[in-house]
Amino acid sequence: MKFHKSELFGYGTLLTIGILGPLLFPAYTSQIAVLWIMVLFAQTWDAMGGQMGYNSLGNILFFGSGMYISAIVQIGLFYDVGVYTSAFGGDDAQFTSAQYYIGIFSGIGAAAVGSAILAASLGWVVFGLRGPYFAIGTLGMAIAAGELIGTWDWVGGGGGIALPVFPGSGDGKSQFFYWLCFLAAAMTFVFFRWLYTTRFGLAVNAIRDDEDKAEAMGLHTLRHKTVAWSISAFFLGISGALFGNMTGFIEPLEVAFPTITFGIFMVAMSLLGGKGTLWGPVLGAILFHVIKEATWTWFLGWQWIALGTIIIVNIVFFQQGIIGWMQEKWPEMFGIEVDSTAAEETTGRAGQ
Amino acid sequence: MLDNLSLLTLAPVLNIQLLLDGLFIGAIFALAAYGLALVWGVMSVKNLCQGEYVIMGGYCAWYLGTLGLHPILALPIAIILMFGFGWGIYVTIIRRVVDKDMFVSLLATFGLAIVIQQALNLIFGPEVQVANSGFAIRSFFGGMVTVADIKFISFLLCCLLATGVVLFMKRSRMGQAIRATAQDARAAKVMGIDTDRVYAFTYALNAAICGAAGVMISMIWVIQPFYGVTHSIRSFVIVVAAGLGNLPGVIMAAFGISLAEQFGGFVFGAELQQFIVVALLLLVLIVRQVQMGRHRQALQ
Repeated sequence: MKFHKSELFGYGTLLTIGILGPLLFPAYTSQIAVLWIMVLFAQTWDAMGGQMGYNSLGNILFFGSGMYISAIVQIGLFYDVGVYTSAFGGDDAQFTSAQYYIGIFSGIGAAAVGSAILAASLGWVVFGLRGPYFAIGTLGMAIAAGELIGTWDWVGGGGGIALPVFPGSGDGKSQFFYWLCFLAAAMTFVFFRWLYTTRFGLAVNAIRDDEDKAEAMGLHTLRHKTVAWSISAFFLGISGALFGNMTGFIEPLEVAFPTITFGIFMVAMSLLGGKGTLWGPVLGAILFHVIKEATWTWFLGWQWIALGTIIIVNIVFFQQGIIGWMQEKWPEMFGIEVDSTAAEETTGRAGQ
Repeated sequence: MLDNLSLLTLAPVLNIQLLLDGLFIGAIFALAAYGLALVWGVMSVKNLCQGEYVIMGGYCAWYLGTLGLHPILALPIAIILMFGFGWGIYVTIIRRVVDKDMFVSLLATFGLAIVIQQALNLIFGPEVQVANSGFAIRSFFGGMVTVADIKFISFLLCCLLATGVVLFMKRSRMGQAIRATAQDARAAKVMGIDTDRVYAFTYALNAAICGAAGVMISMIWVIQPFYGVTHSIRSFVIVVAAGLGNLPGVIMAAFGISLAEQFGGFVFGAELQQFIVVALLLLVLIVRQVQMGRHRQALQ
């Protein structure tokens, strides 16, 4: 792999925040852990919305499905899920240390694979839709999933499930999940960085630029779209499993399928950073999370209005996002070589 | 669930109640959906804050009601206020997204929806409100079917407003300009139509229609700051099912979805009512997609 100078700077910053963050500010460990989940969100959304041009408003579906699959596996390995949920967490249901760790790791694995399979099977339904119809269709799917889970008593219905309690201190718990979240975000980033250099990445970009032409060139677009969505769902499933366990209690509408909070944040973050770029979602997620935490702390009550305004201003006045704007301004920083004669020709033509 | 279903066959009178409610509420849905079809067809803006405009209209009526004004008299005030609000939103936001990628308008109006919801929540609080119209409630079939007079009145008002809008689109100069712009914006511009003003008027008209629908909703149903999302989704279901520029289709689809909701809510329980709306959306999208897929086309 070839690294550019500005890219090395980016890695350095990320690793510094990632490793030194929880050591220097132990009180903020769980906030920084959520930050990594946000980075993962933005990355997985951008793989669909930015790189493939399919703007999904319902990717949160796989976050929630991962959360529930993981919970069912964690509990179901050792107890009867129906009995456990009907006792609301059950005082008699105790998990030993070994049971907890076996449960959580197999839960995360199952969440990833299960969400990917779910995405592959739903792909048949939604990928005939394009543009705004796709966005509304996926939004509807995520809302429907939340409502359906809310009526399914076996997994606790609207009342939710209390997940197994971490065997150890509170500090140990936040450290444990911090590193898992960091690892998940790093894995996602490295994977997508590799994916965008492959033929698959090019195919996905071709679908964004002109799907009909891509198909005419012999690209199996449905297969590519389904695989891309499954990859997104795979990582989102992991994040859902982690977030659910970090919270300790899951419930369909606010925690597992928060369509208008996390579901929209992932779109807003990618757009803020610059969609269709590798670093845009990362930068956007970090900025957005910091702004969000700041408004939540200092403008309580007005935080939603602030966030909605950010989305509107961002989409109306600043569509290319931060990285997109920087790419236009300083292309050489990104290793993009501008052919000066060609550039002059275009500007000359525009001037005429 | 099956108990409720057998109840409907055992006591057919209950069907009449559900049918009537479906009819009265469906008329309001048709109004809001017609506004969306207008904006979508003329300026291809997917207005996701449709439901929020409805709720805003409802709060106009409710708030004026607390000041002692009858909600029906609040109707013209709500229409004027919402018309002005829509115009303001067009000038500040929508003007800049009209000629952009369609997802841009979708997301911009979604952001707007979040802001409006929260602003209403901060101003009026999260309680469920009803604008009290003070009319009598009639019973039929020995009390098995009850219909409030206000429902009849709101149904009549809906018909009146819809006729007014249709006549306006057919007869007036502005209506002609709107239809011309919808057919071919560029040609309309060449012929000397100020398309920017037409867009502004269309968007403001949509907000006004939604506001009027909201006044009815506040009189015969309930309003709450966060109920707008369901109204937006309903409007989308209706417009997607009916297609653009198809007024009879919009009316039929609106009554269809409202009846499906009434009967579905009765059979499956009220907590699944929102799910039914969303499930209908997915169903309509899938059916449309299969129809288009036969001709090797995608829904876009």
